[in-house]
Amino acid sequence: MDIEKVIVEEHEYVGNDYSVLKFKAPIVAGVASPGQFIHLLIPRLEGSILRRPFSIYKVEGEFIYILYKAVGRGTKVLMEVRVGDKLSVMGPLGNDFPVCNEDEFPVFIAGGFGVAPLSFLAKTLPVKGHLFVGGASNCDILCIDDFEAVDCKISIATVDGSVGEQGFVTKPFMTWYKEFGKKCKPVIYSCGPDAMLRAVGEFAVANDIKCYLSLDKHMGCGIGACLACVQKVYDAEGTIVQKRVCKDGPIFSAESIVWEEE
Amino acid sequence: MKPDLSIDIAGIKMKNPITVASGTFGYGPEYADLVDLNELGAITVKGISREPWDGNSLPRIAEVFGGMVNAIGLQNPGVEGFCEKYLPFLRNYDLPVIVNIWGKTVVDYAETARMLSDHEGIDALEVNISCPNIKEGGISFGTVPESSAEVISAVRKVTKLPIIPKLSPNVSDIKVFAKVAEEEGADAISLINTIPAMVIDIDKRRPFLANVTGGLSGPAIHPVAVKMVWEAASVVDIPVIAMGGAVDAKTVIEFLLAGATAVALGTINFRNPLTITEVVKGIENYMVKNDFESVDQIKMNF
Ligand SMILES: Cc1cc2nc3c(=O)[nH]c(=O)nc-3n(C[C@H](O)[C@H](O)[C@H](O)COP(=O)(O)OP(=O)(O)OC[C@H]3O[C@@H](n4cnc5c(N)ncnc54)[C@H](O)[C@@H]3O)c2cc1C
Ligand SMILES: Cc1cc2nc3c(=O)[nH]c(=O)nc-3n(C[C@H](O)[C@H](O)[C@H](O)COP(=O)(O)O)c2cc1C
Ligand code: FES
Repeated sequence: MDIEKVIVEEHEYVGNDYSVLKFKAPIVAGVASPGQFIHLLIPRLEGSILRRPFSIYKVEGEFIYILYKAVGRGTKVLMEVRVGDKLSVMGPLGNDFPVCNEDEFPVFIAGGFGVAPLSFLAKTLPVKGHLFVGGASNCDILCIDDFEAVDCKISIATVDGSVGEQGFVTKPFMTWYKEFGKKCKPVIYSCGPDAMLRAVGEFAVANDIKCYLSLDKHMGCGIGACLACVQKVYDAEGTIVQKRVCKDGPIFSAESIVWEEE
Repeated sequence: MKPDLSIDIAGIKMKNPITVASGTFGYGPEYADLVDLNELGAITVKGISREPWDGNSLPRIAEVFGGMVNAIGLQNPGVEGFCEKYLPFLRNYDLPVIVNIWGKTVVDYAETARMLSDHEGIDALEVNISCPNIKEGGISFGTVPESSAEVISAVRKVTKLPIIPKLSPNVSDIKVFAKVAEEEGADAISLINTIPAMVIDIDKRRPFLANVTGGLSGPAIHPVAVKMVWEAASVVDIPVIAMGGAVDAKTVIEFLLAGATAVALGTINFRNPLTITEVVKGIENYMVKNDFESVDQIKMNF
């Protein structure tokens, strides 16, 4: 883990408030693995003190890519960053996705920008898998090419039905699971909105499927010092403890998570 | 000539006047990959209570213009957890360790202080008196002179370690509390803690933090802290450790001019923990430029 001054190499708007930012970060790129994130200082963000966390989407040699959605003040200002700008990046942070065995079948379940770390993961696993990706409409369905490039099967769901099946991404996944779930040894990797993670996690636990979820919490320090980002989990003895999403996560096994009362 | 950056606070020898604010730097290991801990004059760890404590629900932080509002709720592993898990690590460094403590009753404070005093490797106790006093209906110990006095004197009785009451800014006259601390046998005082604050989510039309209110920290509170440090330092003879929105050498030197002996970096660590190194260098440059041989000369020239 390091703090690196990096140089923006490319910055591409990919539609519907999503952009891909590529920067040269030899130190971070050298040690990053799928599931880890960076803590980025957004330049020229008036009055702001905190960094913002983003999953690592791609690593190519000395370059790192992030895929982000402009949702608030910081990410909107981030869109104005130009090629050649210098940024301060802290990373890589957090744990990574455990790699499945060759006799297992990876299932990726993604919502919105949650597809970014899963795309990085799909490239590094020893076996091909199946991506279930969902979003509000067709412009929220991202990174399909990345998964095609590694021969992943792909199923899409959108809430407005503009592409793929109409509804939540869990729908095509459950249909698939009924037919194939028992015939292969699925391992679920999931990243996306909280409600989706919970639905996926609870289904996996009920059906005894190995399942890893990447959690999203507001972060201060990003490295385990401030305790802004804790999640209640069961430890090895079954006791409920609080883990830091930034340091002990962001990846947790679904059965370890203690979901809060709604 | 190279200026002497070292200082002495109640017998704690610091190689420079920079420490970190409790709760913004964990217990040591968290930042150790990024920062050489030996560069710090002292480390101040996150608040410890007698028993482990879970803290508040999430969200616990909100960014605001010029800072952040936090309601972490003092989550910590308790005295035993801290001593087992973190003290051995800290002993590997050439680094005075200041342990911040808190409690819900006077007995809690005293017991926490007594238990910690039995352990090797602790150089001082910083007493966070900004906690709700359960017996007095939850009014902060730190906002009532009598309650502050009670806590400080109870801690004083059970430990030989230097004690550093950490004052709350939520009072009308900080000088009163600085004097109370000195009279009750404090070896130094630190200030300021966060300023009570609240953020509202306008879409959900409800408080943003799960705890409803929190404490404001960061650059926005710096001028408030400078004034309070200046006032407190003017009425006591014991050393003052200043904190509140320091972000660089300039804001740290303001505190030293206002009368502080040492300064803690807090929220800025989240943005850039390497600020510690930059600030130490910056103080040295300032001393060279002004022909100051010791840190003390800074406040003597205000
Ligand atoms: C481990 C992790 C990985 C992430 N990966 C990605 C990614 O690959 N692509 C992407 O687009 N987004 C990602 N996010 C979410 C991203 O961090 C937020 O969208 C971003 O911080 C919003 O900042 P803002 O200033 O635009 O929003 P504002 O709402 O203006 O921000 C105010 C504060 O809230 C925090 N905040 C707001 N929303 C979130 C959120 N969803 N998660 C965490 N903090 C938030 C901000 O960091 C800031 O401190 C990730 C979050 C985490 C925790
Ligand atoms: C996330 C966070 C946690 C904190 N935890 C504690 C704590 O446990 N005990 C304490 O006395 N002060 C705590 N503080 C207050 C700081 O030590 C400091 O007094 C305050 O933040 C002002 O300094 P700053 O503006 O430089 O951050 C905390 C502050 C923050 C931001
Ligand atoms: S963000 Fe500070 S502990 Fe996780």
